[in-house]
Parts: sequence; C-alpha cells; structure tokens
Amino acid sequence: MKRAFPILAILTVLLLSYGLHGALISAPTEQTMGDVQRIFYYHVPSAWTAFLLFFINFVASIQYLVRPNDRADRIAKWIAGVVSIGACIAAVVIRPIPYGMEPSAVATTGIAITGIYFVVRKYFSEQGTDVLALVAAEVGVVFCTVVLVTGPIWARPVWGIWWAPGDIRLTSTLVLWLIYVSYLILRRFSNSSQTAGLAAALAIFGALDVPLVYFSIWFFRTQHPQPVIGGGGSIDPRMLHWLLINWLAFLCFAALVCWSRYRLEILQRQVEEAQALEALLEPRS
Amino acid sequence: MNPYLCAAYVATWTIHITYLGILARRYARLRREIQELKKRD
Repeated sequence: MKRAFPILAILTVLLLSYGLHGALISAPTEQTMGDVQRIFYYHVPSAWTAFLLFFINFVASIQYLVRPNDRADRIAKWIAGVVSIGACIAAVVIRPIPYGMEPSAVATTGIAITGIYFVVRKYFSEQGTDVLALVAAEVGVVFCTVVLVTGPIWARPVWGIWWAPGDIRLTSTLVLWLIYVSYLILRRFSNSSQTAGLAAALAIFGALDVPLVYFSIWFFRTQHPQPVIGGGGSIDPRMLHWLLINWLAFLCFAALVCWSRYRLEILQRQVEEAQALEALLEPRS
Repeated sequence: MNPYLCAAYVATWTIHITYLGILARRYARLRREIQELKKRD
C-alpha cells in the first residue's frame, strides 16, 4: 500500500497533464460556441466526480447507521442487491424512465450502486465508514464548487447571463452544495457523541437531491444543455475521448485527495484520543 | 486564449490548490501536536 500512493500520484499528474493538453489543444473546436465549449472538459467531469463522492458519502452513512443493528444491516444488504437486479431488469424488459435514457446506463448505474455498497461494507469498519462519509462529502463539496464556478463562466458568453434564476438544474445543484456545506458545518462545530449519527441522517436526505439534479434535465424544462452520454444525445468521438480522459484524471485526483484526507482524519482522531487520555490521567492541582 | 476559458481553468485549479493548502496546514498542525504529545510522554 505504501507504494500505491506515489504510483497513483504520478499517474494522476500524467493524466491531468494529458487531459489538460487534450482539452485545450487536441480536442476539436465546437462550431457554434468556439473555444468556450472547452470549459465542458472540466465542468462535466467535476460534476460526475462530485456526484460519485456524494453517493459514496450516502453509502457510507447508511453503513454507519445500519452496521450496529444486524437486522437493519441484512435488510440494507438485500436492498442493495435488489437495486442492481431491478436496474438490469428495467434496462432489458421495461423501457427505462425517463424516455431517451440509454438502457445500458440504467443497468450500469444499478450495478455500480450495489458494487460500491459491498466494497464499502467489506473494506471499512464502523469508524471507517464514518470517516469515509466525512472525507467523501468534503472532497465532493470541493468538486461541486468547481461545477458552480465554471458553469456561470461558461453561461455568460453562451447564454448572455451568469445564472438562470429558477432553472431547476442550476438551483438543485446549488441546493445540493448547500446541503453538503451544512453537513460539513455540523461535523466541524458539533462535539456531541450523536454528531456522527445526525450527520449520517442529514447525508441520506442530502443524497436524495443527487437524482433530482441528474434527472432534472429530463423531467423539467431547463436552459441547461441536454446530456451527451447515456441520454440519447450525441457527441463527436474525439470530444468524448477527451471528456473521458479528463474524468479519469479527476477520478484519480479525487482518490488521491480522499486517501490523504482519510489518513489525516484517522491520525487526528488518534491524537484527540491521546490528548483526552492524557487529560484524564493528569493529576489535578 | 479565450478569457472565459482561461478564467474557468484558473478558477478550477485555484479551488483545488486552496483545498490542498488547507489540508497541508492541518497536517502541519497535527504533526506539531504529535511532537508535543511525544515530548510530554
């Protein structure tokens, strides 16, 4: 594991450099928007990474809440399995909802949900799930901030306005960001023994906003562009190539930051425990 | 380079580097606390 960190760090730097070169130089220029469209290579992968991190936070929070109760743990395990099977059946038998979404995208999402659930269950202890939830939320907020900053910078020259008030995709993304910022504030400033449980409950409600953000462009009339992958839209294969390279680079970067932050949090908790023990053992004058 | 494109990429890396800076500061503070604990032992 000691070797894996520097290898991942080198791989991340290489992928980020390659992705940046591709996004700014190699990718073809879009005909109507021109160079401004290249913001897409940072905006979209940041949004996908933020969604994934919020989803990991959701899974880790559920794990933290159900782990002490065997029955709840078994039920959650079954639900995770049913989600995967249900998504595959929906993709093959029923026409997926919403209309226009690729069946393979529905099946892949279902399998990914179950996969992440069982990976977190297998490799993280009860305290580990709590730390993972915190780390995923914190790094997710950073990526969501990038989305909220790069979006208006793209919108200004293309729509003529920085922000479209009332647009459901934009508003729900801002609400998502605010929910997770409040989650982090709760974790930062509350020292009660119930903080982790309360934060986990808040995270579960917060995660319900993720599907709303994602599906809002199908269900509501919105100014935000339609999806280019898995949603019936089309994209130049060269653009798709650079989009996926940049997403892979951001995923590696997020994994690297989460790894460092996880180690930092574990160390911090150990130091706090040692300080508390020292304070208890200290003779009172 | 288009100014909006430049602004978006600079803003992205400013946000990430700021967060990494915050993590580095937290880590430095934690190391100091560990040193103090070791000294008192």
